[in-house]
Amino acid sequence: MTSLAMITGGLLMAVGFWGLLTRRNLIRMILCLALAETGLQVVMIAAGYVRRGTAPILDEAGRAAARFVDPVPQALVLTAIVIGVAVNALLLALVVRLYESRGSLDVEDHTELRW
Amino acid sequence: MIKRVAILGVLALFIALLLGRVAVPAPRSGPGPTGSAYIERSIPELGAQNVVTAIVVTWRGLDTLGEVSVLFLAAAGVALLLRTLGGGRGGNGPPRRDSSEILKTGADVVTPAIVYFGVYVFMGGHLTPGGGFQGGAVIASAVLLLLLAFPSYRLRHGILTAVESLSGAAYVAVGLAGLVLAAGFLDTRVLPLGIPGRIVSAGAIPLIYTLIGLKVGTELAAVIENLGGRR
Repeated sequence: MTSLAMITGGLLMAVGFWGLLTRRNLIRMILCLALAETGLQVVMIAAGYVRRGTAPILDEAGRAAARFVDPVPQALVLTAIVIGVAVNALLLALVVRLYESRGSLDVEDHTELRW
Repeated sequence: MIKRVAILGVLALFIALLLGRVAVPAPRSGPGPTGSAYIERSIPELGAQNVVTAIVVTWRGLDTLGEVSVLFLAAAGVALLLRTLGGGRGGNGPPRRDSSEILKTGADVVTPAIVYFGVYVFMGGHLTPGGGFQGGAVIASAVLLLLLAFPSYRLRHGILTAVESLSGAAYVAVGLAGLVLAAGFLDTRVLPLGIPGRIVSAGAIPLIYTLIGLKVGTELAAVIENLGGRR
């Protein structure tokens, strides 16, 4: 299970990076960035997986009813998801503004910062 | 050609780096030392059954405060970028067709249930899987449904802004209370821990997650409306 999730996450990240490097439409690039983020989150969760572990929810007495997965990566991924949403929303807003001022979504048309 | 080779090279390097972790997944027999310590101390120290919530709200509370700030800045940035357009955007298309009766009635029926579920998710974050961010996202999805079903629907920005700023200020106030009443900033033991498993237990964790849920819900609702554009 761990390796399956790891490979899925790694593939998602690879697809996302490939898209970031090859696509020229800004909205597709943002989607690819979101894809890479998702892949990274899957990899992080898989890194905290414990064989036959369950979600880290204790019973009332504070005993671990079963073997738990590592809670630390889950807490980190929760933060990562929220930051990812914030970044994507801001990027989309910037692209909307850019499209309004230039009328183009092609990254090759915006060459001022090129070097 | 050079570009393609460079892209392939970068991807190959990335996959090679990743393979070191992916192909040899260390079969772990238990959580790491930090995770184990968190699991052991969650109930005795904080009274929270959900260990992830205990980590997010208390032990890494400063991270969460920063996270909320980042989300706020992003929402403010989206509003700044998209709200100053003077209403020209999207207004020149043909008038939109009204939603169908099925969609309207369905939205009417489902929206209160979605909001209720969101409140349940952020109120029970210390007991069950859930929390402020998840509950806030659920509530924002109800707003998205309303905006889709009723194209002329307007959010009341005065109420949204008031809820958002008051909950944010109250979150910081609860954190500051920890300096006086407990061990430090954002210590959730400012309120009695109570009996684990009750909805009112685990100190200030349900309070903080309720505030975060309201804040995240209103922020995401504003982001959705701004990205949807003026109609």
